[in-house]
Amino acid sequence: MPEITYRQAVKEALSEEIERDENVVIIGEEVAQYNGAYKVTEGLLAKHGPKRVVDAPISEAGFIGMGVGASMLGIRPVMELMFWSFAYVAWDQMINNAASLRYMSGGLINVPIVIRGPANGGTSVGATHSHTPENFIANTPGLKVVCPATPYDAKGLMKAAIRDNDPVYVMESTVLYGNKGEVPEEDYIVPIGKADVKRTGADVSLIAHGRSVIMSLQAAEILENEHGIDCEVIDLRSIRPLDEETIIESVKKTGRAVLVEENKPFCGVDAQIAYLIQNRAFDYLDAPVQRISAIDAPAIYSPPLEKLQLPEADVIVKKVLKIC
Amino acid sequence: MNSINSSEFLIRNVESEEVSSTKKTTPRKTKNPNKADLVKEAKLPINKNLTDEEKIGFLRQMVRIRRFEERSLRVYQQGKIGGFLHLYIGQESLATGCVSLMGENDHVITAYRDHAHGLGVGMTMNECMAELLGKATGCSKGKGGSMHYFAPDKNYWGGHGIVGGQTPLGAGIAYALKYKGLKGCCMCFLGDGAINQGAFHESLNLAALWDLPVIYIIENNGYSMGTSQERSSSHPAEGLAARAEGYNMDWEVINGESLFAVRDGVHRAMERAHNESKPTLLEIHTYRYQGHSIADANHKKYRTKEEIEDYRQNRDPINLYRQYLLDQGIITEELNKQIDQEARDEAEASAKFADESPFPQPSEIMDDIYWSTDNNDESTSTGRHFFND
Amino acid sequence: MATIIDMPKLSDTMTEGTVANWLKNEGDAVASGDVIAEIETDKATMELEAFEDGVLLKQIIGVGGSAPVGSPIAAIGEAGETVDIPAAAAPATEAPAKEEPAPAAPTAPAPTPAVSEPAAPAAAPVTASGPVKASPLAKKLAQEAGIDLSTIKGSGPNGRVVKKDVLEAQKAGPAPAAAAAAPAVAAPVLPGQQIAVDEEIPVSKMRSVIAQRLTESKTTAPHFYLEIEMDSAPLLKLRANLNKELAELPPEKGGIKFTVNDFILKATTEAIRRVPAINRSWNGTTIKQNGSVHLAFGVAIEDGLLTPVVRDAESKSLKQVALEAKSLIGKARSKKLTPNEMSGSTFTVTNLGMFGVSSFYGIINTPNAGILSVGATIDKPVVNKAGEIVPGKVMKIGLSCDHRAIDGAVGAQFLAELKKIIETPSLILV
Repeated sequence: MPEITYRQAVKEALSEEIERDENVVIIGEEVAQYNGAYKVTEGLLAKHGPKRVVDAPISEAGFIGMGVGASMLGIRPVMELMFWSFAYVAWDQMINNAASLRYMSGGLINVPIVIRGPANGGTSVGATHSHTPENFIANTPGLKVVCPATPYDAKGLMKAAIRDNDPVYVMESTVLYGNKGEVPEEDYIVPIGKADVKRTGADVSLIAHGRSVIMSLQAAEILENEHGIDCEVIDLRSIRPLDEETIIESVKKTGRAVLVEENKPFCGVDAQIAYLIQNRAFDYLDAPVQRISAIDAPAIYSPPLEKLQLPEADVIVKKVLKIC
Repeated sequence: MNSINSSEFLIRNVESEEVSSTKKTTPRKTKNPNKADLVKEAKLPINKNLTDEEKIGFLRQMVRIRRFEERSLRVYQQGKIGGFLHLYIGQESLATGCVSLMGENDHVITAYRDHAHGLGVGMTMNECMAELLGKATGCSKGKGGSMHYFAPDKNYWGGHGIVGGQTPLGAGIAYALKYKGLKGCCMCFLGDGAINQGAFHESLNLAALWDLPVIYIIENNGYSMGTSQERSSSHPAEGLAARAEGYNMDWEVINGESLFAVRDGVHRAMERAHNESKPTLLEIHTYRYQGHSIADANHKKYRTKEEIEDYRQNRDPINLYRQYLLDQGIITEELNKQIDQEARDEAEASAKFADESPFPQPSEIMDDIYWSTDNNDESTSTGRHFFND
Repeated sequence: MATIIDMPKLSDTMTEGTVANWLKNEGDAVASGDVIAEIETDKATMELEAFEDGVLLKQIIGVGGSAPVGSPIAAIGEAGETVDIPAAAAPATEAPAKEEPAPAAPTAPAPTPAVSEPAAPAAAPVTASGPVKASPLAKKLAQEAGIDLSTIKGSGPNGRVVKKDVLEAQKAGPAPAAAAAAPAVAAPVLPGQQIAVDEEIPVSKMRSVIAQRLTESKTTAPHFYLEIEMDSAPLLKLRANLNKELAELPPEKGGIKFTVNDFILKATTEAIRRVPAINRSWNGTTIKQNGSVHLAFGVAIEDGLLTPVVRDAESKSLKQVALEAKSLIGKARSKKLTPNEMSGSTFTVTNLGMFGVSSFYGIINTPNAGILSVGATIDKPVVNKAGEIVPGKVMKIGLSCDHRAIDGAVGAQFLAELKKIIETPSLILV
């Protein structure tokens, strides 16, 4: 299997879906002529032409809402947010309209829109550009949200999202765009709502999504080599819908769970996972469920401090040692 | 690379239609809320070929809307309708006139004062009244309520509760029509209270920038809830619609007292959308007799009794139109009474239907949220979608 | 220097808090993260956690007393340390301060009168003795195996019984059907009542090892005892000076906070270097002279005592000893010491100064030939070199020796050297 970057994987998914379905159109700021603020859409305008790859003005509420409207009539817009942090100016369109239209119309309307872009901290862009709003999205029935961590998942989930008849919000990471991984050449999807066991282990389950999966895998190496602790790493991949079975199965096996995410702690995704674990695996727990989130403050600019703010491998190691 | 303009697709006309200079619609950029003159306006090109039957149909439609709204007010006061109820009484010529122009690929989307547009496109009073009562037989199965009527099969896309929130959706509908190469347009209604929302301005920019076949129609009843236009909006002397100048968009101000004037102005905008794929901003002057919603206890405080009375007596669109039909001998007093009675009976029957209809089953709370969960067999989406214990 | 714990701000509107309960008594060892008190705010009763390791030296505000946010309520530090309460922040307590004789009821009307609790002085020990701490999985496994959880010693965090403990207990065979272990410190009972429930307390593995080893030591090694008094002021001053310079720095810039124990360990090592004969073991037919100092020190843990070992102490700097001791103490408390870290010692130091004990004699940790017993530093009048009576800081150190390997003169020589070093602590830097 060829090794390609996460960025390339997303681009291939977009390109292949444009070719597969005439209703797929890419819309966003700087996606066409500029070739993408983070080069995810590089070359797509030249390859697919201006009908399929469209530069939008800086006007998220306008163009995201426009995409929602177009999707009601069967267009499959893939809207790029330069940063997921910009979603907040389009919140009414994303949360009120996209999430509620099917319900309020009694099932008469579908909204097959994809909204994608990077949602991560760690690049010293300050608090306004470092949000990870997957928990807000997951709090909204009617919406789906996925957070791929690897090139394979990024491509497979993007394709699944575009083919899905519900609104699917895809959170990528600028920190992961350059990461390489094996991606098959043939067409495939990663089903939305299916977690992935990225590493099997017996002593403790590290449950993570997005970049935290990579950090958890690094921590698992350290824990094995330096402390003889055998970690299982579960990549949620999809936040809503959520693969509860894979989580519960793993925790029942290891008896210990450490939840890792870049979300802020309060009402973060892992608050729900922690509830789930105590609810469904209480009698299997050999230690209290532990959480690691971003430090509960707005993303700090200062680069070395921002590094401390996000869950890195050493923090995960410490937390695991606390209960193992 | 440099030669490729990504918006090339969006600024050229729909593929199926050749742009021809002869078809180009002359924009009218004037404030035009003259005193209604229905005799004169009936002779305008879009109206002059109307048959008597069609003209009587418009009266029937406007009366149906008014009687439905009046009946729903009574149901509300009986305590059978929850939440808000925004009535269209006084504004009937707008929805009726606009909808009367719709062709196969023309679409409608509006805000929360949405009953008239629904009845206009052909929704039944039964499904509309049942929706108000939250019944399973409602157009949205009791899940939307007064503000959220939908009939996509009749090109009616709602029914939207957030002020201005539907305006990007209207642009999107127009975008989809253009993308698919269909000769049609989207009429996107909004109130004069919505024109200061950011989403609306973003929509105007996108519509003009990408030449989307959308017509934004400001139903200007003078009040954004309890705040008069003077106290809420800064705008050019020519009117709210003149703000379109800033987006290089055509605009027009129309006197909504006259159904014929409404049809004339909207038709011009529609031609522009169909033939040139160009948007228009219309402002139609009208008046609502009731408060912003039924819960608006102050609507007789922020405006004078005389103002309301003047409109009722001298400017009511149904009265003016009815008088025109009587004067022209198109209807008799007897037919007029019959039309009114039929509308009352229909509204009465809808109230009975709604009353007798069942509420949705509790299990239906969980239907119609995701296509995936409603269509489990076909969906590739797996995992837990809902988090109830 | 003791750390002063201030009344924390526990809610956005809180301006003053009331001590609802002390969960640690003066003299109790406190680890960072331990809940030391419950504080009643305007909104709720909340837990006050310690951020320091050490000993709760002083409860400045008694139970029922209140203090404004930011004013001192307690002090944590090293055993035997004296506490200087910052004058600027004199306690604004409404209840008696801890040291005053406690009247039966608060002198001032308390904002929230305590509900008919025994009118015990605020100093009365208050310890939550909840149910046996066990993980849900351990509970389930114990139930399935028919094992009484209270008979199992927990090895998890905070002494929690975890899966491993149950499996080990299961392997060890049927457990005695004993009643729940008594809590270490009983809750206060009313006068006239039984002080505790009559019961058989099961013996943990650790306790049985302690019993066996110490009985063997005391019955086979003929102990003799020496005691010496020394002036600990210079050592405390040196420690304060070093900590002033280093305690605030980040670790990568050499930051470190020394405990009194670190100095004792280092001074003891230095004294052993000077009198190597103390570093011997009785082997029955021979006496072993140990070439290196493997220095054990006692760490009290729940229901027992562990003696981790600083290996090759003679080759380590004060800082190295301090870092290693800190790490070993942490591991001992979390029961993560490996057998290797607890064996092979040649000499042992034990310290009960944090409880205010002035002097005592430990039982020799055989095959060591000596154990040093460190008492509290006590403020008392001393006669200085000029013959004047001045306030002094006096520390008594006891030494128990195995007479089979060591004679009195060796022990005395060793103590004399130790006194020299402690009273001129710069010697440990040489």
